[in-house]
Parts: sequence; C-alpha cells; structure tokens
Amino acid sequence: EAELEERLVELDLRNDSDVLDAPPASDSTPEILKPALSGLSARWKNWWIRGILSLAMISGFFLIIYLGSFMLMLLVLSIQVKCYHEIITIGYRVYHSYDLPWFRSLSWYFLLCVNYFFYGETVADYFATFVQRREQLQFLIRYHRFISFALYLAGFCMFVLSLVKKHYRLQFYMFAWTHVTLLITVTQSHLVIQNLFEGMIWFLVPISSVICNDITAYIFGFFFGRTPLIKLSPKKTWEGFIGGFFSTVIFGFVFAYFLAQHQYFVCPVEYNSDTNRFVTECEASELFQMKKYSVPPVLQAVLGWEAVTLYPFQLHSVALSTFASLIGPFGGFFASGFKRAFKIKDFADTIPGHGGIMDRFDCQYLMATFVHVYITSFIRGPNPSKLLKQLLILQPEQQLSVYKTLKSLLVEKGILQPSLRG
Amino acid sequence: NLQESESENKLDGETASDSESKSEFGGSAPVPTSDDTPEVLNRALSNLSSRWKNWWVRGILTLAMITFFFIIIYLGPMVLMTIVMCVQIKCFHEIITIGYNVYHSYDLPWFRTLSWYFLLCANYFFYGETVTDYFFTLVQREEPLRILSKYHRFISFALYLTGFCMFVLSLVKKHYRLQFYMFGWTHVTLLIVVTQSHLIIHNLFEGMIWFIVPISCVICNDIMAYMFGFFFGRTPLIKLSPKKTWEGFIGGFFATVLFGLLLSYVMSGYRCFTCPVEFNNDTNSFTVDCEPSELFQLQEYNIPLVLQSVVGWQTLRMYPFQIHSIALSTFASLIGPFGGFFASGFKRAFKIKDFANTIPGHGGIMDRFDCQYLMATFVNVYIASFIRGPNPSKLIQQFLTLRPDQQLHIFNTLKAHLVDKGMLGSLEDA
Repeated sequence: EAELEERLVELDLRNDSDVLDAPPASDSTPEILKPALSGLSARWKNWWIRGILSLAMISGFFLIIYLGSFMLMLLVLSIQVKCYHEIITIGYRVYHSYDLPWFRSLSWYFLLCVNYFFYGETVADYFATFVQRREQLQFLIRYHRFISFALYLAGFCMFVLSLVKKHYRLQFYMFAWTHVTLLITVTQSHLVIQNLFEGMIWFLVPISSVICNDITAYIFGFFFGRTPLIKLSPKKTWEGFIGGFFSTVIFGFVFAYFLAQHQYFVCPVEYNSDTNRFVTECEASELFQMKKYSVPPVLQAVLGWEAVTLYPFQLHSVALSTFASLIGPFGGFFASGFKRAFKIKDFADTIPGHGGIMDRFDCQYLMATFVHVYITSFIRGPNPSKLLKQLLILQPEQQLSVYKTLKSLLVEKGILQPSLRG
Repeated sequence: NLQESESENKLDGETASDSESKSEFGGSAPVPTSDDTPEVLNRALSNLSSRWKNWWVRGILTLAMITFFFIIIYLGPMVLMTIVMCVQIKCFHEIITIGYNVYHSYDLPWFRTLSWYFLLCANYFFYGETVTDYFFTLVQREEPLRILSKYHRFISFALYLTGFCMFVLSLVKKHYRLQFYMFGWTHVTLLIVVTQSHLIIHNLFEGMIWFIVPISCVICNDIMAYMFGFFFGRTPLIKLSPKKTWEGFIGGFFATVLFGLLLSYVMSGYRCFTCPVEFNNDTNSFTVDCEPSELFQLQEYNIPLVLQSVVGWQTLRMYPFQIHSIALSTFASLIGPFGGFFASGFKRAFKIKDFANTIPGHGGIMDRFDCQYLMATFVNVYIASFIRGPNPSKLIQQFLTLRPDQQLHIFNTLKAHLVDKGMLGSLEDA
C-alpha cells in the first residue's frame, strides 16, 4: 500500500517530468504490407503506410455512405464505443487501476446507461410511428427518464458499495474519468446522429471539411511551412493553418454544390413503418433550391459576373468550413495536450500509421456540437415530430382543449378554413 | 482500530475522520481542528467541556439553519431562487478549492478565472433555458430578450468555446497533467452542482411543495437516523461511514415516511405551496394562485381489509399527494444516504475532514447538502414521469413557431387521433 501511495504522490506532483515515459514506438506495419514495403527506408515506409491507410479509410467512408443511413448510425455507434474504450484504457494505465474491483464492469455499465438514455430521447422521436403500434414500447417511452435514472442510480450505488479502503482516491479518479469521457464521446456521437437525421448532407459536409482541413493544412505546411503556430503542436505552422482555411472553404463550397443536387443527401431521414426501412424522399427545402444572388459591387469587378446562382446551403457551408478550419484544430490541440500530459504517443494502436480512433477524431469533437447548435439556431425551428409525440401523451381532456385552441389559432391565421358550422 | 476511534467520536457528528490522517500528502493535510465556535457563543459556553460545547454548537446552528429556511420560504419564490443560486456558487467554490489544495495548483495560469468563467457559462445556459420556458410572454415582448432567447444555444456554445480555447492556449509545458486534472475536476463539479441546482429550481416552479417536502425529508432523515442511531444503534451499516447503523437507517426510514405524510397533509391545504409558480406579466411579479389540481384535493380511500382491523377505520381521507410523498420519503431514506456515503468516500479519498469551515460545527455547505444531490434529480424525474405530462401551454407556444405546413400536419394528426379515440365525433368538420 505504501507503494501505491508513493505512486499517487508522484502522479499528483506539480511537475510532470517524473512520470514514466510511454513505451517506445514499435513497428506497427501490418503484415500484408510488409513484403511490399520491405525495401524502403523507415521514413518512407511510414509515409506510405499512412497514405494507404488514409485512402482505405476514405474508401470505407464512401462505401458506408452508399450503404445508407442505418449503416452510418451503426458506424457512429461503433466509433463511439471504440473511442470510449481507448480513453478508459488510458485511464487504467495512468492509474494502474486494472485490478480495482468492478471498475471495468461499472465503466461499461455507465456507457450502456447513457446510451440508453440518449437513444430513448432522440431516436425514439424518429421512430414515432413504429413505436405507436407496440404496447411495451409505449410503456418504455412514457417512463423513459425514470427508467434511465433508475439504471444510472443502480450504477451509482454499486460504485459507492464497491469503494475499498485503500483505493478511495483511485476509484474516485476513475469514476470522474469515466464521466468526463462519457460527456465527451457519447454526447458528441448522439449529436452526430441527430445531424444525420436532419439530412445526410449535414453529416457529410462537416466531417469532410474537418478531414480536408487536416490534409490540406498538412500539405500547405509541408511545402510552405515556416512560422510555428502553437508550442503545443510544434509541427503546425501558420502557413498550413491559413492555407488549410482557404482550401477547406473552397472545398466545402464545391462539395456542398454537388451534394445539394441529390435527394438522397438533402432530405431528412425518415423511418417508413410500412417498408420498415429508412427513406430519404421529400420536397427539397428552400435551402437546396438554386437561387440567384447579386454579387456585391466590390466583387463584380473582380469576378466579372453580376449575379451567381447558388444553393443557399453553400453559404451555410462556408460557416461550417470556417468553423472546421479555425476552431476545429483546437480540438486537436486539446488532444495533443492530453497526450503530452499523460505521456502517450497515440491514443491506441488501432490504425497502423495513424494511432487510435481518437487520434483521427480529435478535431471532430467540437464540430458535431457546432453543427447541431447551428441547425437548431439558424436552420430549423423545433422538431415537429417531437411536438406531436408530446401532444399524443397528454391526457385526453387536455388534448381536446389543445385541439380547440389550435383550431382557432389556425383559423385566425387563415391556414385553416373555418368550418361551416362555426 | 478505525471502528474504536470512531465510536469514541460518536457524539461529534457526521464528519468521519480518517485515523490515517497523519498523512504524508504534504500540503493536503487537513486543517487542524481549531476551535471554531463563534465568538458570541464562546462566552456562553465557556464553562462546558469541549464535547458538550461541540454538541451545543451543532444544535444551535441546526436550529439557526432551520429557522433561516422557514424565513426564506416565507419570503417567496424569488428569494428562494436567489438562495439556491448562492448555495450553488458556494458549493462550487468549496469543491474547486479542494481541487486546488489537492493539486497545489493555485498558481496555475488563468485557472481560477477559467473555473469561474465555466461556472458562469453553465449557469447562463441553464438560466436561459429556464427563463425562456417560464417567462415566455415577457421574453417575447422585449426585443433584446427575444433575440437572446432565439439564439440562446448558439450564444451559450460560443461562450463555452471561448473558455475551451482559452484553456488550450493556457496549457503550460510542465503542468499539462495538472491542468487537465483541474479541467476535468471543474467539469465534473459543474455537472454535479449546477445541474442539481437547476433541477431544484424546476421543481420549485412546479409548486413550492415539491421543493419543501423533498428537502425536509432529507433533513429529517439525517436527524432521525442520527437519533435512532444514538439511542438504539448497534449494527454497523457500511464500512465507509462507521457511525451509521442499521437501527438508525431503518428507524430513520419509518420516521421520515411518517414525517413526510404529516408535512404534506399540512402543506396541501395551502395554495401558496401547491400552485405552480407563475410570472404575472401585468404585475411583473411571481404569483402562486390557481385552482388546486386533483393531487391536492381530499379524496376518500378505502383502507385494505388487512389494516381495517388494526386501524379501526373503513375509509381514510387523504390528499393524493400524500401517497406521492411516501415515494419521495422512501427515496430520501433509502437512496439519499448513498449521496452521503459518496461524499464520505470523497473526503476520505482526499484526506479532508470537511469540505470547508463555513458553518461552525457542521463543516461546509457541501457537508449539509451531500444527501440532497440525488434527491433533486429524483424529484424532477418523478414529476416528469408520473405527475405532469408536457405542459399544454408550452406545447402551444412551440406550435406557434412552426411553419404553416408543419402546423397543419400536426393539427390533422391530432384530429385523426382524437377521432380514433372517440373524443371527437363527426361534430367537427375539417
């Protein structure tokens, strides 16, 4: 126990430098590629591996998009679980707490609880017609918050009962670590799914902008990089940052133009209870219909056009790309700081050449929340299906009085013709 | 040996002292137990031995706090909200200070500023959501408020992001780990403290009875469990808090349920407690005036045959709310203490005797509120699940913000639903 106490003292010390360094970077070339690359030097080998894996990931991404919304949801869920696993494993290693009683089970249990809560709140809205027909689901929906809270409480009480005399501090650390990780990974992934339901374009354009920013900032930095950007990530440069910004805005603009033409990407995802599948079919909203914009006189001289026809969505894509280029990198800096703080090179070794899943997704953290907040503030009003769901669980007398109020409101606005009986 | 030293300290109250507290955690050693009797009482109590003096101090402060509670209830919802806000800020401050002490991180760049900034952001977000819901008409009238309300989430998020970016920019080479720890610590504290306090305010708006009964049940459970434990305590309950006993736990449970029943009976008779708090646009103040809902109207209940012989009555007149109060008291007695155990574990983990020294004899504000954590969330979830459904007028407000085609769609669906249920005959035309 004295040893554990000493280790804790070390961990809490003011200065980071006492903590052991991470294990040395091993050669993580996958077996298949080894023969092909055996001739090259280590530096080029690494570059090739990164390149090949990048292409593999991008192709995988396109494939899943083709397969549809449901597969995308599953993908997001798997990524969330993997990210959670990676961060929790780091916590274990930092605190040497693999042998804490129950802790692994409790961490996974909390993940399950939080996911249950969020899926019940959001996804259930979208499956409203499906749910209406089944009695057991009705019960689960009605008391959803209570059930989720009860499940969480059970975990909380288990935690309290599992506190062991010499390990209080470690257990509290892991408890907090779990909760902060849940806050980061699970909420983000649910916001991503909500964005997805809004229309696949709201999922694709932000994620692609972040990836594009990563790649173009790297390329600009590689060719023109001179002034360092921030002490935290010495490889980032101002040239890369600014070059990446402009390229990402242009990329977003062009990409949005192509995607906005297809209903598949533009329409909100709906669940069709007759065919039991997701459908994306609708009347394209105003955002996705070409409009003429007058070019401001300043730019008229430069561009030579008087008016341009654009999708309004493309203007929104400029906002999204700007965020991806300017604020997105802070997510990356946060992750770099985190890795330095805990003396690890990568979050995990899942993807050869790239590190863990978290390493790829660190810039995406803030993006998902931003897109969600952007949509709720500037694009759509409240969700009609959620409102409908709440109306349907009112007491019948309340429903009747609401119906009468709504009717008079609609008649007043002229949306509804007054009935002949008055 | 821990048990022995604890049983000696039985009279000293809740604060579990860890006998290993002669700790080598330099700097984080607990503040030596100084005599923190307030001056005014010092003279009165100077003759008693220190053990009894402590007991008297605790007793007097307990009465003072309860009196204070009654006074602010009398003063009304606005004052209550302000008090809840102050308690929240003080709790946040206490927990963050512990973090500083544990990590010797007082001199981390910007950190104190950032912690308070995040507290401000979180409060701004939650108050904005609450204000928008409850003060809807006021907000719609005033132009600046309307804009703030419409873009509320975006503004809150932007404020939070600024803090996040400031944090990233403030990372200093040798202190990464500490800074991340404090960042995590701040966020977990916000999660606990700020969300609970806002749930309490939501409960308050539902009706002051939903605020007073739960809090009183937790306080009653604390006091009753202590008394039963004092007089009858024999079997220890949990290693974490050696002073708790099964006798105290069970005795406290029954006493609290009874207390809850009685208190709800008394309170249900008064409109100022049972009516939802509303903001009156004309007088620009809070009003509690309404037709009492079914919950607060006396009803006859048939006593099950089993109890009839025991009690001697055939029917009983009760408020339905009293039945709910049983659920609330049960939670306060059975699960509430887990919040207390959690806080005890926390104090042992970080080798502190009390969260702070704010209240003489009792410790910090957090020491008094540790059992309340889970209660506020439970009451809120309970109300949302079992008492009220969604608020119809709120739904109508949301309806008004939709587009006309969406409005028509909802209207028609509702109509079809009502016709289906037979509530709407063929009396109504499209």
